[in-house]
Amino acid sequence: MSMYGNETHVIKGIKFGVLPPHEIIRMAKVTVIRDAIYEADGSPVAGGLRDPHFGAIEPGERCPVCGNTRDTCPGHFGKIDLARPVIVPHYGDALHGILQATCRNCGRILIPTDRIKYLTAIKERLKKRWPKLADTFVEEVKREAAARMECPHCGARQFKIRFIKPFTFYEEHPEGERRLNPIDVRERVEKTIDEDLVLLGVDPKYSRPEWMIITSLPVPPLSVRPSITLETGYRAEDDLTHALAEIVRQNERLKNFLISNAPETMIEDAWLTLQHVVASYIDNELPNTYQLTHRKKRALKTLAQRLKGKEGRLRGNLSGKRVNYSARTVISPDPMISINEVGVPVEIAKILTVPIMVTPYNIEEARKYVLNGPDKWPGATYVYKARNGKKIDLRYIRNHKQLAEGLEVGDIVERHLIDGDIVLFNRQPSLHRMSILGHIVRVMPYKTFRLNPLVCPPYNADFDGDEMNLHVPRLYEAMVEARELLLVEKHILTPRYGGPIIGGRQDYISGAYLLTVKTSLFTEEEVAQILAAAGYKGPLPEPAILKPRKLWTGKQLVSLFLPDDLDFKGKSKINAGNLKCDTEDCFHDSYIVVSGGKLLMGVLDKNAIGAEQPENLLHIIALEYGVTKARILLDTLFKGFIRALEMRGLTIALDDIEIPEEAKEEIRRMVEEYKEKVAQLIRDYEEGRLEVIPGRTPEESLELKIIGLLQELREKAGQVAVAHMDPFNDVFIMARTGARGGEVNITQMAAMLGQQTVRGKRIRRGFRKRTLPHFKENDLSPEARGFVKGNFRDGLRPTEVFFHAAGGREGLVDTAVKTSQSGYMQRRLINALQDLVVSYDGTVKDAWGNIVQFKYGEDGVDPTLSYHGDGVKIDRIIQRVAKKNGGRR
Amino acid sequence: MPSKSRRITKKILKHELVPEHRILTLEEAAEVLRRYNVKPWNLPQISINDPVIKLLGGKPGDIVEIRRRSPTGGEAVAYRIVVPF
Ligand SMILES: [Mg+2]
Ligand SMILES: [Zn+2]
Ligand SMILES: [Zn+2]
Repeated sequence: MSMYGNETHVIKGIKFGVLPPHEIIRMAKVTVIRDAIYEADGSPVAGGLRDPHFGAIEPGERCPVCGNTRDTCPGHFGKIDLARPVIVPHYGDALHGILQATCRNCGRILIPTDRIKYLTAIKERLKKRWPKLADTFVEEVKREAAARMECPHCGARQFKIRFIKPFTFYEEHPEGERRLNPIDVRERVEKTIDEDLVLLGVDPKYSRPEWMIITSLPVPPLSVRPSITLETGYRAEDDLTHALAEIVRQNERLKNFLISNAPETMIEDAWLTLQHVVASYIDNELPNTYQLTHRKKRALKTLAQRLKGKEGRLRGNLSGKRVNYSARTVISPDPMISINEVGVPVEIAKILTVPIMVTPYNIEEARKYVLNGPDKWPGATYVYKARNGKKIDLRYIRNHKQLAEGLEVGDIVERHLIDGDIVLFNRQPSLHRMSILGHIVRVMPYKTFRLNPLVCPPYNADFDGDEMNLHVPRLYEAMVEARELLLVEKHILTPRYGGPIIGGRQDYISGAYLLTVKTSLFTEEEVAQILAAAGYKGPLPEPAILKPRKLWTGKQLVSLFLPDDLDFKGKSKINAGNLKCDTEDCFHDSYIVVSGGKLLMGVLDKNAIGAEQPENLLHIIALEYGVTKARILLDTLFKGFIRALEMRGLTIALDDIEIPEEAKEEIRRMVEEYKEKVAQLIRDYEEGRLEVIPGRTPEESLELKIIGLLQELREKAGQVAVAHMDPFNDVFIMARTGARGGEVNITQMAAMLGQQTVRGKRIRRGFRKRTLPHFKENDLSPEARGFVKGNFRDGLRPTEVFFHAAGGREGLVDTAVKTSQSGYMQRRLINALQDLVVSYDGTVKDAWGNIVQFKYGEDGVDPTLSYHGDGVKIDRIIQRVAKKNGGRR
Repeated sequence: MPSKSRRITKKILKHELVPEHRILTLEEAAEVLRRYNVKPWNLPQISINDPVIKLLGGKPGDIVEIRRRSPTGGEAVAYRIVVPF
């Protein structure tokens, strides 16, 4: 079949070794001796870095080596013959180990003969079962050999070898250090014998140590270092070519010195320079070497730089490939689609395609797609004919009708994405498995991906310009896998903490509260509105109030969606402060009781329906009635919450954070009172009467006490403000239910911002001995050190704005630093843990079958199937059984 | 190579941070390998230079049972194979 026949081979392993010199010479088709690249007439210099023997690259050119044109010539290596040998920098450590462990005279390992045999036998045994231990064993052997200062074979005295990365060796004689140049090093390691090398962890067949010092440097073909022609007609060479040209230059210089019998110091100097440029050609970021640079001081990208780092070959091109059948655009919210769905713009649906095999059952459908063609959705872009294996591009076909009619069973139609297809949806950073979920396609107008806002928490998405990626699985296996494992509803519960990660936020919570709060009663028309939005089609329950009009409570409406036998008890978020209740005997409606699927008491707020709230109503439903039931609730009832909210309206205005003049007066009074207290502290401090906190200096004690006082002040001011506000104004509702904001935000808007801090301390930096020129030097008073008595409603003074900005900056810097640090940690952790698997017997094993944990998590519990980590919740089981037995326990 | 360390006494076995170690008999060891369906080298390792192993007189190839308190599982059992260094 293929040009190579039908043999199949299984790769058993990959062996790395050092490229031997004869191999380098055999590969080389040209020896580079000139650093010029082009002749004056523009043709490549013979024996230069663009010698035709590197392979054909120009159109029409014939390769002098293999005779092919540029389409088929693979490119050929050349070499540079170095005038003196140099050490390959990355082998420095290996050479150091061998030099230290072997005799400087006879080259044998510094271990007695019979012990060599003994140790080799141990090493071979270890290698079979504990390869990692064999490596540490080799290190032990090396240490033992290096410690012996007299050769057991020839009796020669040994000296310590000092190694300076990456290629400098010194031998420490009693009378002083002596440098070992590459020739010395090579002469020594040449003398080592194969058996000794094996004990030193080297496979001499593939890696003789003298190969680590080179006299012939391989020069890669032009396909590895292509030159580009600029619009101006100038040719720009690749960085590798520049680096190689520098090597040729330095090599020729050294050659001339040698020929002309130049003084030894000059030769040594030129040799060292050659060593440096060869090292930099391999890795331009080595310590203790000069960087090769362009004229404008930009460091050259040499071999190691191509491979290393995020944009390098490994991370950038091999682990991180770019893919087809993917799309990216801005996301925007659509609360009316299912949480399992994603809205895809038509424009994108016409580019992303799925191959469908034509069968007798879908041939008519397939014909429709072909007839529509590539521009009309839902159409098709390509047809693969089974008859001749030809691929037909529908963009260039005039007669779609003919092609559609000619469609046969077995053909493959590459059709547009349509409603009901499954796709993978992703938002970076992909920090946990819920960062990629399976969504069902809904093709829509306009240009954004549409996402149900309930699915924001797992992606950590919002709609302030976030973009997301979409991928189309094209094989049936992949599609089924996505549907069965990745679908959004299968990830309502997170393994991170065993609770629901999907759930209400913001308006959903306000809406649920306003729907279920005692004071909300709905007319028949309103009930119809809410239930229609929620997609309820059943009969209405008896109204709670019959006269003068029929009125329903929100709790009645919620109950329509709950499972018939659901029992649930728990505190609402509003269960705090004045509304605190610890039992079901709660007159504040802040203790939730669901019995027999009826919401009897309590308002639904963040604690009942919020995202990332373990053991809430949603969690219990997902656990006990299945995630599909939970999803149906999210797709129905939650739309009712939104509709209820829309009908009432939720908005905030300046009025909502306005407090009466007498409250303001009270706060002003408190500010004066506390300012005096602080002044008293400062006086005490200045007069040395301040009580010092143990373990603190007087200065620190003063600061701590001032911060404590001012914090107290802000809290008190907040309490005053809250006490004077209408508890049913919209700001307050959002704060109490947990929809958005809290007491701090209300305090800051209505009462005062309070003390601004940088690194937990009052603000002190800026000018000499003062924060701003508005204050005197050494002023320790609150207003000079970042205390803001103003609030957002009434506005801040200029100095207050400055302090607030200084405090706010810290938060921004912190998040920037934290994300980069935790991102790196995440990367390391994932690399370390990626191939661990929980086996069927509950053990955790790595890819080699080594046991990592004898029982997953030491308790074998899957957090997503547990009650927030507990395998069984005995209370709920007892309750259920008791209920089944008619209340008897 | 072994360092000239201070003498280790039985006292360390009673320390609350040192979990209970027990060297398994040959039969028990074989049973553990059978139960987990693994080869000896798939088990986690413990150095023969580990103070507790020195005290118990463990030899390379021995399998040690370690019972330690676990915040999730109450008590967790692990098996480790003694390695030469
Ligand atoms: Mg955003
Ligand atoms: Zn060729
Ligand atoms: Zn010797």
